[in-house]
Amino acid sequence: MMLTHEEWQALGLSAKVALWSTALCLPLGIGIGWLLARREFPGKLLLDALVQMPMVLPPVVPGYLLLLLLGTQGPLGGWLESHFGIVVAFTWKGAVLASAVMAFPLMVQPMRLAFRMIDTRLERAATTLGAPPWRAFLTVTLPLALPGIIAGSVLGFSRSLGEFGATMAFVGNIPGETRTLPLALYNFTHVPDGEMAALRLAGLSLALALMALLASHAISRRAERLLGYADPRGARAQP
Amino acid sequence: MLSLDLHFERGEFQLAARAEIGPGVTGICGASGAGKSTLLALLAGLLHPSSGCLRFSDEALVDTATGRFIPAWRRHFGLVFQDGLLFPHLSVRDNLLYGWHRLEPGERHFDLHTVLELMEIGSLIARRPAQLSGGERQRVALGRALLYSPRLLLLDEPLSSLDDRLKQQILPFLKRVKEETRIPMIYVSHSRPEVDYLADRVLTMESGRLLVESPLPADGRGMG
Repeated sequence: MMLTHEEWQALGLSAKVALWSTALCLPLGIGIGWLLARREFPGKLLLDALVQMPMVLPPVVPGYLLLLLLGTQGPLGGWLESHFGIVVAFTWKGAVLASAVMAFPLMVQPMRLAFRMIDTRLERAATTLGAPPWRAFLTVTLPLALPGIIAGSVLGFSRSLGEFGATMAFVGNIPGETRTLPLALYNFTHVPDGEMAALRLAGLSLALALMALLASHAISRRAERLLGYADPRGARAQP
Repeated sequence: MLSLDLHFERGEFQLAARAEIGPGVTGICGASGAGKSTLLALLAGLLHPSSGCLRFSDEALVDTATGRFIPAWRRHFGLVFQDGLLFPHLSVRDNLLYGWHRLEPGERHFDLHTVLELMEIGSLIARRPAQLSGGERQRVALGRALLYSPRLLLLDEPLSSLDDRLKQQILPFLKRVKEETRIPMIYVSHSRPEVDYLADRVLTMESGRLLVESPLPADGRGMG
């Protein structure tokens, strides 16, 4: 399939935005996923609701709120610009932020589930073998949660690739800067003779989504086998 | 050696234990729900007592009066759990060496080879815990605790998940550990014959209270 320069640009930008968004969400997702799975604290319900919120809101709403907050006139946006010279509104960095906010709930959920499934007695066993809690976390908890962390990351990455509403509201549709794959597709449906290009981009999106899902499945299967959840010989040995 | 005076409350459950425990193997017997596992968790540092103190040799591990609490990872005790609790993502070899890696070279009293021979698990070294039988798993768990060169070895019903035939196979390993390593042990079990076979003295737990018991019969080998 031959792509035009414009289409390549949109694809490249989508990949860049999705990678940054995933990288941004990953440590935060692990932290909040663990917190929600393992700890009781005041305000937990609120944090939980806040994390899930973007999933049930129309995406334009978080995008618009980001604009109010981080636009050059916004309180945080003005501060960032005057102190650090960083402008996020109507730049690709803003597209990363918008994608991250929208992808975060999808990323946290599998991680949280993974942390919950781990037998906490394994961590206690590690501490009786001389490992302080942080080391038990790094050597036992984190590797055991790996399938969920990978699944969450792939989901978040795919969601970021396809982010539309929040991106449009926050950073607009600027070729080469914020026009990612779905925005380019949207654009082509509005210009004369754009149908073929729109169709190509739709096909490309389908292929990417399918690849991501298959990769996620293969990686988690492999991780589960490596972690000993599934016996490579098929059946569990009998005592 | 180990001197304890511990109280622990959680809801309705109350535990009170006061004892001086010497070297060798001390058995703690009692019905399930009597608080044996809770007592071991208190000794291991996995639980905070409501009040009381705990000393090992000259070292104060717990004293609620002064707020002293040495956490599990700094007590240097080994704990073998009922179901082994091997790390499922690590090979047998990496499981065995988990605690060993946490030690300074001078603190390592056993090497991998010695423990592999003692527990007869050399052929299992490359396997994952999911590929082990119940008996093999417990031998690896015991080996893992030994390689950590513990000052005191706590055993929490290490045989209760095994059938009788396997118990008879593992008990000699435990005896071997007792005779060859000289690590003081506290062996908790609901099975009196098991305790009699291994222990030099036996304490009983009854609804949260630790009772000191009469000495063992001269021939403690009456395995049922």
